[in-house]
Amino acid sequence: MSTHHIKLTLNGETKEADVPARLLLVHLIREVFNLTGTHIGCDTTSCGACTVILNGRPVKACTVLAVQADGAAVQTVEGLAQGGQLHPIQEGFHQCHGLQCGFCTPGMLLTSAAFLAEHPNPSDDEIRWAISGNLCRCTGYMNIVKAVQYAAEKMRAASAQPAAAD
Amino acid sequence: MIPPAFDYAAPTSLSDALALLSQNPEAKVLAGGHSLIPALKFRMASPALLVDINKVAGLAYLREAGGWLAIGAMTREADLDRSALVREKYPLLADTARMIADPLVRNLATIGGNLAHADPANDHPATMLAYRAEVTAQGPAGARTIPIADFFTGPFTTSLAANEILTEIRLPARRAGDGGCYLKIERKVGDYATAAVAVQINVNAAGVCTSAGLALTNLGLTAIRCAAAEAALVGQPLDEAAIKAAAQRAAQAAEPVSDYRGSEAYKRSLVTTLTVRALRTALERARR
Ligand SMILES: Cc1cc2nc3c(=O)[nH]c(=O)nc-3n(C[C@H](O)[C@H](O)[C@H](O)COP(=O)(O)OP(=O)(O)OC[C@H]3O[C@@H](n4cnc5c(N)ncnc54)[C@H](O)[C@@H]3O)c2cc1C
Ligand code: FES
Ligand code: FES
Repeated sequence: MSTHHIKLTLNGETKEADVPARLLLVHLIREVFNLTGTHIGCDTTSCGACTVILNGRPVKACTVLAVQADGAAVQTVEGLAQGGQLHPIQEGFHQCHGLQCGFCTPGMLLTSAAFLAEHPNPSDDEIRWAISGNLCRCTGYMNIVKAVQYAAEKMRAASAQPAAAD
Repeated sequence: MIPPAFDYAAPTSLSDALALLSQNPEAKVLAGGHSLIPALKFRMASPALLVDINKVAGLAYLREAGGWLAIGAMTREADLDRSALVREKYPLLADTARMIADPLVRNLATIGGNLAHADPANDHPATMLAYRAEVTAQGPAGARTIPIADFFTGPFTTSLAANEILTEIRLPARRAGDGGCYLKIERKVGDYATAAVAVQINVNAAGVCTSAGLALTNLGLTAIRCAAAEAALVGQPLDEAAIKAAAQRAAQAAEPVSDYRGSEAYKRSLVTTLTVRALRTALERARR
């Protein structure tokens, strides 16, 4: 089996590793880089617990080879908070009780964050559609949708501020 | 689950990718990876080499030219779904892309992979049969065109040679009076079809159907083109009687088997209902 030297950006930091061809991206993140916020649920591309943002788009890291991330930008849940400040989506899940056990939460957060970056003013239906590849087995989706709306509102307010200051 | 051991190469040109395939008869192309990587994890495939074509430039595009909509094989489902051109002029394709898997899978899954994989449960094969599409296969000796009717040779098998790469899919460009629709019943988001129907029609100013394509997903060993149903539409005014007659013939053409998604009778009755609804929607779109 071939081994490959890869270089990627993980949460803004440059990382390098030698990986066997069959290593999955989720194992690279969890076991080589020790970031265990990315979960493994089904391991069969169904649940979205392993979601990471790969070059701007949320994908299931249990179904991507680590070597495919060579040259890519990867973001995990550990990269959401900045300078000790929770990302608005994290704050939303906290405020609206968007989680119980928390197993699906990193994936939900990343899918929602990527979605909100492109849809600042979503309807509830659009949110449900966007998170339809992420399964939650205990909270139910009502509060998750509320949490995403909370974040959307907060992000809209934040982006309106500089304009108002003009 | 850990895939079996394999070698991996990520060529940056099509000619290098083709050379690797020709030199390694046990190699497989890696596109979106969303059928292949699960198959590796389940040990249903064990290629000696994966030839990743994600770094080959120029295989992802959508453009109208010469009477066709040309689609690069590496175009992701998410990009079909986002394309204003596809939404406005190719509603059958837009419907199909939106019903495939879930939003996360669609960010990587490619249209070329969907056709090359030739899973009878995949959604694009029926859609391409209804469109009368054609595809380009590149091999060591150059390019050849394969009409979609000759592409699917059996479940998970196509007329692509092991050392060929599917590079482009072409649909006839939209003409006035074209309308299409894809309807799929799935148990939940991310499931394959219990039954699905693709229709693409053209109606003239008098309301007469001048051409019709009708095909079924996951109702046989490959996607099924329903020639008898198409014949029931062409030359007829597209009224409810013609629509119902076509739906009946589509149900007759289906070859469903009872499984955990439903009984044979249930699936056949879905075909009737979905065909009626898809034809009504396609007609509405044709008149717009
Ligand atoms: C959870 C889940 C749900 C899904 N649901 C659906 C669904 O509802 N409907 C549906 O249609 N699909 C569904 N899929 C399948 C998905 O659309 C796959 O992505 C698709 O079948 C294969 O495309 P790919 O780009 O991922 O190809 P890959 O997995 O990379 O390749 C698949 C096969 O095609 C070959 N191949 C790929 N590209 C080329 C090429 N350009 N030239 C020659 N050979 C090539 C590969 O060698 C391999 O044998 C689902 C997948 C998952 C994981
Ligand atoms: S662990 Fe990847 S989708 Fe469930
Ligand atoms: S919070 Fe438990 S699975 Fe979603």
